[in-house]
Amino acid sequence: MGDHHHGPAKGLGRWLFTTNHKDIGTMYLWFSFAMFILGGFFAMIIRAELFQPGLQLVEPEFFNQMTTLHGLIMVFGAIMPSFVGLANWLIPMMIGAPDMALPRMNNWSFWILPPTFLLLASTLFMEGGAPQAGWTFYAPLSTTYAGPSVTYFIFCIHVLGLSSIMGSINIIATVMNMRAPGMTYMKMPLFVWTWLITAFLLVAVMPVLAGAVTMMLMDVHFGTSFFSAAGGGDPVLFQHVFWFFGHPEVYIIILPAFGVVSQIIPAFSRKPLFGYDSMVYATASIAFLSFIVWAHHMYTVGMPVAGELFFMYATMLIAVPTGVKVFNWVSTMWRGALTFETPMLFCIGFLILFTIGGFTGLMLSIAPADFQYHDSYFVVAHFHYVMVAGAVFSMTAAIYFWLPKWCGRMYNETMGKTHFWISFIGFNLTFFPQHFVGLAGMPRRIPDYALQFADFNMMSSIGAFIYGASQILFLYNVIATIVAGKPVSDKKVWEGAEGLEWTVATPAPYHTFETPPKIDPAHAHS
Amino acid sequence: MIRLSANPAIDTVIKLVAVAMLMFAFVFVVMVPLYNVLCDALGINGKTNGQAYTSAQSGVDESRTVTIQFVATKNDGMPWAFSPSHTMMEVHPGAVNDTVFLARNPLPKAMVAQAIPSISPARAVEYFHKTECFCFRQQPLDGETSAELPLQFIVDRDLPRDIGTITLSYTIFDVTEMAGAAVVAR
Amino acid sequence: MGFKAKRLCKLALGPVLLLMSVIAMAAGGEVSGINMSPGGTTVGREVYDLHMIILIICIVIGVAVFGVMFYSIFYHRKSRGVTPATFHESTKVEIAWTVVPFVILVAMAVPATKTLLQIYNNDDAELDVLVTGYQWKWKYEYLNKSGENVSFFSNLRTPQSEIHNSESKGEYYLLEVDEPLVLPVDTKVRFLLTANDVIHSWWVPSLAVKRDAIPGFINEVWTKANEIGIYRGQCAELCGRNHGFMPIVVNVVSKEDYAKWFSQKQSEAAQIKELMAQTFTLDQLMERGKVVYDSNCLACHGANGEGGVGKPIAGSAVATGDIGHHLDIGINGVPGTAMQAFGGQLNDVDMAAVITYQRNAFGNNMGDTIQPIDVYNHKKG
Repeated sequence: MGDHHHGPAKGLGRWLFTTNHKDIGTMYLWFSFAMFILGGFFAMIIRAELFQPGLQLVEPEFFNQMTTLHGLIMVFGAIMPSFVGLANWLIPMMIGAPDMALPRMNNWSFWILPPTFLLLASTLFMEGGAPQAGWTFYAPLSTTYAGPSVTYFIFCIHVLGLSSIMGSINIIATVMNMRAPGMTYMKMPLFVWTWLITAFLLVAVMPVLAGAVTMMLMDVHFGTSFFSAAGGGDPVLFQHVFWFFGHPEVYIIILPAFGVVSQIIPAFSRKPLFGYDSMVYATASIAFLSFIVWAHHMYTVGMPVAGELFFMYATMLIAVPTGVKVFNWVSTMWRGALTFETPMLFCIGFLILFTIGGFTGLMLSIAPADFQYHDSYFVVAHFHYVMVAGAVFSMTAAIYFWLPKWCGRMYNETMGKTHFWISFIGFNLTFFPQHFVGLAGMPRRIPDYALQFADFNMMSSIGAFIYGASQILFLYNVIATIVAGKPVSDKKVWEGAEGLEWTVATPAPYHTFETPPKIDPAHAHS
Repeated sequence: MIRLSANPAIDTVIKLVAVAMLMFAFVFVVMVPLYNVLCDALGINGKTNGQAYTSAQSGVDESRTVTIQFVATKNDGMPWAFSPSHTMMEVHPGAVNDTVFLARNPLPKAMVAQAIPSISPARAVEYFHKTECFCFRQQPLDGETSAELPLQFIVDRDLPRDIGTITLSYTIFDVTEMAGAAVVAR
Repeated sequence: MGFKAKRLCKLALGPVLLLMSVIAMAAGGEVSGINMSPGGTTVGREVYDLHMIILIICIVIGVAVFGVMFYSIFYHRKSRGVTPATFHESTKVEIAWTVVPFVILVAMAVPATKTLLQIYNNDDAELDVLVTGYQWKWKYEYLNKSGENVSFFSNLRTPQSEIHNSESKGEYYLLEVDEPLVLPVDTKVRFLLTANDVIHSWWVPSLAVKRDAIPGFINEVWTKANEIGIYRGQCAELCGRNHGFMPIVVNVVSKEDYAKWFSQKQSEAAQIKELMAQTFTLDQLMERGKVVYDSNCLACHGANGEGGVGKPIAGSAVATGDIGHHLDIGINGVPGTAMQAFGGQLNDVDMAAVITYQRNAFGNNMGDTIQPIDVYNHKKG
């Protein structure tokens, strides 16, 4: 594993062969940001086409490729790897470990990602174009009716799954075996807890997705009929298998975000997290419930009424642990001593907007009402409130929060706050009106729409351009910080920050905790 | 906990890899068969099982009639003409009924078709018994010929009284390629 | 710092209040274009009420939670010189906010279950309509209790010129069809849904109906419109290129008008049979053919036969070649391509007309015609 007592190697080799969790974390974060920009670019094309009724810029099949790739890249290329990157950077430092448990596997799980996404993006230039059946790729549109790119797409999903599984196994092995003496499970920072649970979810469901695409592959190339009625199969089976993966996947995306927010809100409230134990239990119950609610994505496929009722009740139940979390965060702020630096602003933004997304989620769980919401823009608005305002906002908060620790330089606070306000306004302008057009009857995934939806769509597009532009400011701020930010040397960059990562030097040295830290037994979890 | 390796991290890895592999297998050996069992049990998608009904009914219930609607759909690219000989039948529960569907292959080449049944309402699936059906097997038809495809069925005497109409739909698929040369040659 | 924080808080409050007021506006009146519509059915009204109850509960909880949060943001700021409290749990409070939401959920589940069971009660329908989803149009077939079924296709009527912005868009842009589904008012209608190719979803918001149409299987769903009028909807499940271009229009009419319309459709079908025996002139076929072309072929082959998704027709080898081969492609399609078999979709008169049209329009100048009887004979082999 190389010599621990030297700094990083020089040149490109450092990045290609590194087994250092900080290097790998950095690569994950930059890669996911690149994917975020690419997926965002596709979103801009979508919003530009939808700026007004009529077909202006793209043809419908290209539009479908854009919606499909936007979804796939944002979910698998931007959000998931960004949290894996964060886990790489932070988990060893938070539990007092010198590195991840399996550093070499860590390197592989990152380096198989870039070529895979390159391949996925290259399908755009293939005959018949990129996959265009949506990120949920329902059969038979994605099998019998798909172009040649479907085979490459299936290969990509397999590799992404492999990467996620390797990453998760690494995280679990690290958390279970590498904690510093005295770091009991119930003393771990909540970010570590949420990631541990997320990693278990990933190990359980990524193979299910692999199974689903394997069945697709066999249907397309080997004459089986899993999803085709002609040979005794059933296209609805695909949806069951997909969502058995897909619903836990949604929590895979949001649980680490919960962890981030649970670290940052206490720091800027200068008060310990309220209800740590209940946070852990709520996270575990959300993870458990995620396995028995998948069919709420398919209320309209014509399930027996008993099935509809079961999935409706189970889905409604999720509101309870999710509510507990929101109440805990608000109580953490209650009677604290609050300040509003950029990471806190993004967390408050998260709190408000994620809660709105949670409310619409509750509305969607009500099956009879869902018959109206399903596959409309109301759903699009809902999941962007939880995915963007949930996962992306908290990720942004995390970058601002830990960046000074990582690089020993402070970001520009004014620019950070400006980024927040532009993002917040742009985001709401984009997605709030989508609730209205959805309720008024606009289906999702259409390149053109009826005139009654025109005003809100224009608003939405303007908001999207604003939100998109604000990310350039973010990129600039991060680069400016790394290159020329004001140096900070306090171990505790933030007055209220708690946790082992704040006990090492700033910037964090290449190797940390080569001898395990002493955990004060009386010291509460952070 | 059983230890599979002296190195605790490797031990965790082995166990988790096993979990991942089991979950992959779970899709094929549990989810798919379980779904088919549930479909049969709950009538999901109105799917009926592919076996002929062999039990006997204890006489005919003359006291009520049930309307059976027949619906025929051709899947994409299926050039055959395909329709029920009667769009509707009034039957007594317990009685054995016969009808035929008419099929014609207009192309100059032999083809093979598979009809997929689906019953609505789903609650009625377990009370609709086919004693003989062209959907039990693939149906070859020479070029430019017609055929009468037979269907024999019984509506169960235990059919809930509130079900007055049962719709039986067949979607016919071109499976010539899937069936291969053997069936065509027959 | 204090001044800044205060300003920030005020700024934060602005958008939230705006959002709240917009929701409240939507909740207050049934503002069209901003909220779900109760539509024209009893079930739709119930669904709407359910939607509003949940929305209001969410708003109340939201106001309470955000209220506490903003109180904190205002009064528990470090700049006001507060010392942070140190409490970090309270069993009583935590139990309360687990139990109370649970109770609210149970209360919400009751009306939701009631409405769901009603939606699932398909019994006693007076009229059955088979709805089949095609890429990218709908087929409606009235399952007649006596005599032959009446069936027809319903295509998007909006011209390509409006879609491509060369003409100004009409009022019902993308929500208009050549032939709407006609239903009688105050009648329980059961829809049987299936699809010809991929999964589609039949959605008419104001009839409170959305159900997937799945190839190979049938689904059922019902509606009962209380008001005469035109109800519009769209396909809700991504089904390929023209997913956004397969609208649904339901024309709900009085029972008398429906009976009239239905017998007219039946006699039209009879008329078609009669027409089949006739011989048409080139001009007659061209006139009819253009109408058929515009609603069935234009989307793929272009307004001037220049091609697009489909091959060009202007000057093509097929349209200027053997007439029997041309007819065969029209009837049986080209397997493995987007060219469908139209033999089951167009009646023989329309088929004859559109083939003739393709051979004599867009600069094709074959001068030959196909008669309905030729189509009939070709189909019979």
